Amino acid sequence: MKSTALRTFRKAALAATLTLSLGLATAKADEQFFPLQSYRVGPYAAGGSGFFGGFIDYLNLINSRDGGVNGVKLTWQEGETQYEVERGVEVYERLKSHPGIAAWNPLSVGIAYALIDRVTQDKVPLLTINHGRTDSTDGRVFPYIFPLLLNPYSETSGIINYIGSKEGGIEKIKGKKIVVLYHGSPYGKETIPIYDLLAEKYGFTVQQIEVPHPGNEQQAQWLTIRRIKPDYVILRGWGVMNPVALKTAQRNGFPATKIIGNVWSNSEEDVIPAGDAAKGYTAITTQTSGSSYPVVQEIIKTLYDQGKGNLEDKKRIGSVYHNLGIVNGILNVEALRIAQAKFGVHTLSGDEVRWGFEHLQLSPERVKELGAENLFHSINVTWDNHEGDGRVTFQQWDGDKWKVVSDWISPDWKLLRPIIEKSAEAYAKEKSIKLRTAEDVDVIAK
Amino acid sequence: MSAPSLSKSNLPRWLAPLILLGIAYGVVPFAGGSYLFEAILTPFLILSLAGVGLNLLTGYAGQLSLGSAAFMAVGAFGAFNFNLRIQGLPIPVSIVLAGVSAALLGVAFGLPSLRLKGFYLAISTLAAQFFVQWVLTKFGWFSNNSPSGVIDAPALQVLGIHFDGPVGRYLFALTVVVVLTALVARLVKTRTGHQFIAVRDHELAARVIGVPVFRTKLLAAAISSFIIGVAGALWAFAYLRTVEVAGFNLDRSFQIVFLIIIGGLASIRGAFFGAALIVVFPLLLSRLGAFLLGGVFNSGVLEMSQHIFLGALIIAFLIAEPKGLVALWDRLTARAAALFLSQTRKANTDIVP
Repeated sequence: MKSTALRTFRKAALAATLTLSLGLATAKADEQFFPLQSYRVGPYAAGGSGFFGGFIDYLNLINSRDGGVNGVKLTWQEGETQYEVERGVEVYERLKSHPGIAAWNPLSVGIAYALIDRVTQDKVPLLTINHGRTDSTDGRVFPYIFPLLLNPYSETSGIINYIGSKEGGIEKIKGKKIVVLYHGSPYGKETIPIYDLLAEKYGFTVQQIEVPHPGNEQQAQWLTIRRIKPDYVILRGWGVMNPVALKTAQRNGFPATKIIGNVWSNSEEDVIPAGDAAKGYTAITTQTSGSSYPVVQEIIKTLYDQGKGNLEDKKRIGSVYHNLGIVNGILNVEALRIAQAKFGVHTLSGDEVRWGFEHLQLSPERVKELGAENLFHSINVTWDNHEGDGRVTFQQWDGDKWKVVSDWISPDWKLLRPIIEKSAEAYAKEKSIKLRTAEDVDVIAK
Repeated sequence: MSAPSLSKSNLPRWLAPLILLGIAYGVVPFAGGSYLFEAILTPFLILSLAGVGLNLLTGYAGQLSLGSAAFMAVGAFGAFNFNLRIQGLPIPVSIVLAGVSAALLGVAFGLPSLRLKGFYLAISTLAAQFFVQWVLTKFGWFSNNSPSGVIDAPALQVLGIHFDGPVGRYLFALTVVVVLTALVARLVKTRTGHQFIAVRDHELAARVIGVPVFRTKLLAAAISSFIIGVAGALWAFAYLRTVEVAGFNLDRSFQIVFLIIIGGLASIRGAFFGAALIVVFPLLLSRLGAFLLGGVFNSGVLEMSQHIFLGALIIAFLIAEPKGLVALWDRLTARAAALFLSQTRKANTDIVP
């Protein structure tokens, strides 16, 4: 008995060592690799599986429909992180020696923070679409970090501008009471100073209340909110915290129409579990919900109809997270295409892909060509603006689906830029980083 | 405690640790890639150290604690702040001061142990867990007003020697772990160590024979928290290098408790065995799973099945040997040694008829 157990154990150990060595297998010529620090289990599985499902679907579409990006095949491998920093670092170390890495997409602020030094040293881009460390927008200090489309400060400004427009002008927001209910994580805390600053600038009062991770118990917070009687509650949630917030709000008699969700509280997975408590709830987004867009239709036709789609539940096709993954796929693939136009059609180095991202400019016309008109607006990344001035829109949940209720709104970038630069410069000083200039952009590390 | 295998075979007791140290310093740094150091060895060493610290309190002195992660957090944020606020303070001094801060907190939360025992004490140490997390989150000063509450560790540098790169950080962690583990190994053999055990085994009897029970408990809490605090500082400086408070949550505390139970209570080696099982084994399992079944299932299903497998395995281990992996290991080595001895004896009789 013992000896067989021992033998199996030995066999398992042998197989494990084998796997370790196989993990370093070389890529064939002309492949571009995406290491995916995904999470499909744990409290944030809904976001992870939707986003990485959409991302993989788009990469798959490019391979199936176009035979890769100009013939360069896209490959990927997933490593489960459960949204935990330690696991994210482990997956980074596991996959980082794979040849031809295009970019990292951890979809976690905590993991992104832990990777900043590592990717900078390894010279590979790190993308934090719609989230991330705000001051990494400043490409002078963070050459390899890209909080694409919407950094947390822009999101904050977009939400306040929207509330202003609902009140009939930003000046009418003066004297209003706003509560921000935020997730107790690096992601959740990122916007605390900017809400304070905007409150001072526009003359509203703001009270920021933390919900400890994961957020499935909020009675105390909503009792406080009931006492404050705010005009609006901004929900800066994530995962299970969102439906619980909506349900608790209903129990405490706070109307959903007065709750505005941020960009990680805007999905079907956030509202459907809340049932009718979510009806009338509005949330910001950079990419709208729905499967009518040509690119989503092609994914259905090319992948899901052939049984090759990544989502297990086909009802989630075209959901907010799935579409975000698709948009993320578009941005990654277009950056590759732009970099290929400069450096040639072959497997690019991480630094060459970085150059591609620093020239990632997609006009609304180009977005239309890609079959994503109105799915997202446009992006305009430059070497010193790594966010790329993404536009936002607002969707309201009607109990059944999301309905767009605003135009594409621009956040107040001019107001935010000096704050971002100040913070980035402080970081540069702390880490003794020399600020980049426009000339450094074309210097490609080999 | 003493390993029967070692006493039977006439090897000196210091030989095995010495060989291990030789390998850890002389062979390993030249052997592996950065994955081995950054993802396996460094976290393994640091969690082992935390396990050694908790084992002192729980295994030797018999005081159950569920606040280990809090003391790690105090160590991590303490080291960060000492290093930040006091210009020119060498990193080892910051780490020691961080350990001292954790020890002071450990004494404060050890005070209830005068009145509370067993599960009740465990519940009161939970207070430390939540209190520390709350304080570090609530007051931005501790994270130098970083908006997201994440701190960046400084570059590791001692006396002009840089411990950059995976191997450097591994060696740094290894050295700290070796020094502290050696001190603990010595401590448990002294009068103080025996007093810990006396308090654990029978508090009243210990009091009767003149052991200062209260002082002994507090001392155990202080030393244990010091070591766990240093482990926390290493976690921040040598392993992750960016740290958020949420990383030191109750899950981490439980992880350390499980680690010493699985490895073996009241055993220094137990912490290392336990940490190996908790850190290294899931990784091997995940690699193996991805390799064998990666094409069939997505990573979420794989992860779930690994949890089930690992859970079943831990239960199997504990049924096979409730005293932990250490006892299991000792039995296996003893059996191997006996087998080896009988074989050689047989061989000898064959040669000399």
